[in-house]
Amino acid sequence: MVSIATGKPGTRELFMGNEAIARGALEAGVGFAAAYPGTPSSEVIGTLAEVAKEGDIYAEWSVNEKVAMEVAAAASFAGVRAIVAMKQNGVNVASDFLMNLNLTGTRAGLVLAACDDPSALSSTNEQDSRPFAKWADLPLLEPGTFQEAKDMTRWAFELSEEINNACMLRTVTRISHARGDIELGERIPPSKEARFTATSPVDFTPYPVPFKHHQMIAKLEKVRELFESSPFNRYVGPERPELLVVTCGACWFYSLEAVKALHAGDRVGILKLGTTWPLPEKFVQEHLARTERVLVVEEVAPFLEGNLKELVGGHLADTGPLTFYGKRSGHIPDSGELNPDLVTKALGSVLDLELEGVSPEYVQKAQQLTASHTHMRAIGFCAGCPHRASFWSLKNALKLDGRGGFVTGDIGCYTMALGPTGYFQVKTVQAMGSGVGLACGFGNLARTGFEQPVVSVCGDSTFFHAAIPALLNGIYNHSNFTLLILDNSATAMTGFQPHPGIGKTATGETTPAVDIEGLCRAMGVRVEVTDPFDLEGTTEKLLDLLRDDGGVRVLISKRTCALVRARQEEAEYRVHVDPEKCRGDSCGCARLCTRVFQCPGLIWDTETDTAKIDEVICSGCGVCADICPAGAIINEAV
Amino acid sequence: MTQKDPLNVIVTGVGGQGNVLISQLIGKALVKQGHHVTIGETYGASQRGGAVMSHLRISRQEQYGPLIPEGQADVILGLEPVETMRVLAQYGHPEVIVIANSRPVYTMAVTTGAAEYPGTQEVTRTLEELSSAAWVINATEIALEMGASILTNIIMVGALVGSRALPLGPEGLEAALRDSMPSDKLEVNLTAARRGLEEARARVAS
Repeated sequence: MVSIATGKPGTRELFMGNEAIARGALEAGVGFAAAYPGTPSSEVIGTLAEVAKEGDIYAEWSVNEKVAMEVAAAASFAGVRAIVAMKQNGVNVASDFLMNLNLTGTRAGLVLAACDDPSALSSTNEQDSRPFAKWADLPLLEPGTFQEAKDMTRWAFELSEEINNACMLRTVTRISHARGDIELGERIPPSKEARFTATSPVDFTPYPVPFKHHQMIAKLEKVRELFESSPFNRYVGPERPELLVVTCGACWFYSLEAVKALHAGDRVGILKLGTTWPLPEKFVQEHLARTERVLVVEEVAPFLEGNLKELVGGHLADTGPLTFYGKRSGHIPDSGELNPDLVTKALGSVLDLELEGVSPEYVQKAQQLTASHTHMRAIGFCAGCPHRASFWSLKNALKLDGRGGFVTGDIGCYTMALGPTGYFQVKTVQAMGSGVGLACGFGNLARTGFEQPVVSVCGDSTFFHAAIPALLNGIYNHSNFTLLILDNSATAMTGFQPHPGIGKTATGETTPAVDIEGLCRAMGVRVEVTDPFDLEGTTEKLLDLLRDDGGVRVLISKRTCALVRARQEEAEYRVHVDPEKCRGDSCGCARLCTRVFQCPGLIWDTETDTAKIDEVICSGCGVCADICPAGAIINEAV
Repeated sequence: MTQKDPLNVIVTGVGGQGNVLISQLIGKALVKQGHHVTIGETYGASQRGGAVMSHLRISRQEQYGPLIPEGQADVILGLEPVETMRVLAQYGHPEVIVIANSRPVYTMAVTTGAAEYPGTQEVTRTLEELSSAAWVINATEIALEMGASILTNIIMVGALVGSRALPLGPEGLEAALRDSMPSDKLEVNLTAARRGLEEARARVAS
């Protein structure tokens, strides 16, 4: 199989956008790669870690994005090209360092790949990372194709070295997580001459700040000049288009398709920008001067739209008056990801053209025949997921406690506990680690009449990423809450990457595993450990901790992720429902197993009117046997 | 056979059924034969029981975007019946070809009794009404006979290749499997692919 490291120059390969970025980094002679996993960015460093040995590079899963940015900057300072990748939320975490690094500057090329998730397909927000580049006065590149994802990454290292500052590459899910065929280029080996040398006492500091600030702006002006002749900016269309579409990223594909679908190629031009900050002013201005109407097609924030208007505001005499269409005018939706249909609709409404699509009769017939069966398929915990068991016990413990206790949530698979498979237990979701921070606050409201017990849940990887400082804060400030750590021994949501508690590095080497239990004990709090599959024991421990109103308490619910278990070991049980014992609707349990417990491995047989195990889906964890009041679910040891 | 360009193929199913694996398998094989291929995938929900789709766009001329416009799928390969119906309603048109697995993965609404799952007859009738050709294949049952439900997706790919809806023949599929499967899994996957090809052959002949 062809890996991103072994693909030969000149051959065409089908690569995921993130693999293309990783390949671009290898072609640029990257020597150092770091990230905290986050969808849709994880495969950039994930694939580099897979080929670290054959590619002769260093790759790590960092504890969080700020640390990832810092370790990568250290490599750059020492003369080694480095790449760091993160999702949009991660850029927030890294931004404190980034907003000082930009003043300090870099040495060897340093590239920050920021992967945004329009529509929040696997995120808690649909933030746009691009304003960070503008804010930090750093160059911004946006690949519009898979080939560009690779080629821009390679060039970003050169650009970074040209100006001695970091360079940001922004992609979206439909580039990062899509696949396309690309042509591979030559690789250069990473530098083997790493050395840190400061030529002055302030070389690697932001001091003196106004001087470095001025320098940083001057660097950006140099970038603007370089961008004027960039091959990543292109125009297709007539000499003087009636309407100019200005676009970037995956929207380039959608715009091309929309113009084609509406047969509007003789009326509409497309200006595709790959260098979106700073804008190549002269190049853009020339194209704006040849039209009177502009439609800006971009995802998430009206970033390009705002910058274009700013540019026009300063050069009105050259461009002449222009009418803008885009997010501000309502032609492009203000939220959610775009697709060819939405762009075609926007273009059609500006040009007053209708798309000839599928006949209304077909659409109507399709609706009639399918509508009653195609209700939303809700996502939830997998069969055999330890989180389902943990939340089952948590729900019962809070009910037994009876004081209106509630759960503050965090980021990971267990965020889904705000839905039915986690029994709607999670009530707050914001940033990584913020469930514990919120619990610290709730737990110090006693003076204002607050009496509800508070439980914060976080996963093992989230614990290391951002929960530890909040936990310390709670201990230090005598807050009153229970922290439930759902330790499934994986960064499960993003693809089972290891973390400091696992004992393995990104490249598979053995490393000492940080013991969460020992760490919490060393902080001086009461710590209990439970197996979530022991429903009774876990409920008892939780209830006891809820009633122990003395400061911060920790319960570690420890059981490996069901999907990881499925790869490593055989199922523990063969589970079946005894049709003699399951009394169906006459039982009085009101279908506790399928209606309330809601494991996808348990289904209702409408013919016999009893519960049934779907042998294709059941993972054989055996937990449901404990919830059936009739004892009809039977675990047979395998 | 002259091929529509671009040829738009959607592979759909439920997280965990192996959507991503088979779209990659087809895609890599086609790139090797000189086609431009783009695949748009729904991740995130892909392992957590959500509806998943892979959009494949195959062209001799240029690279297309990762999302197929509504009403423009030429072929739909469904690993799950209701997901096939869902995709067909949004992306289908009277000329679309549909190949669907018969085995349901119940939605939570069905499991809890809030909704009913359509019977195989209704599924088949719906797929036929909305397409130029629709095959329903008992792929999961065949996979279970072979000893592992996980083979369902490879049986379905075999059926897709056997339908001749793709510019990819049985040898191309076999080569792709040899290229991507670990050696201890290769034989069983080759057998699964052949079982799928047989299912297609039986239908093409009739």
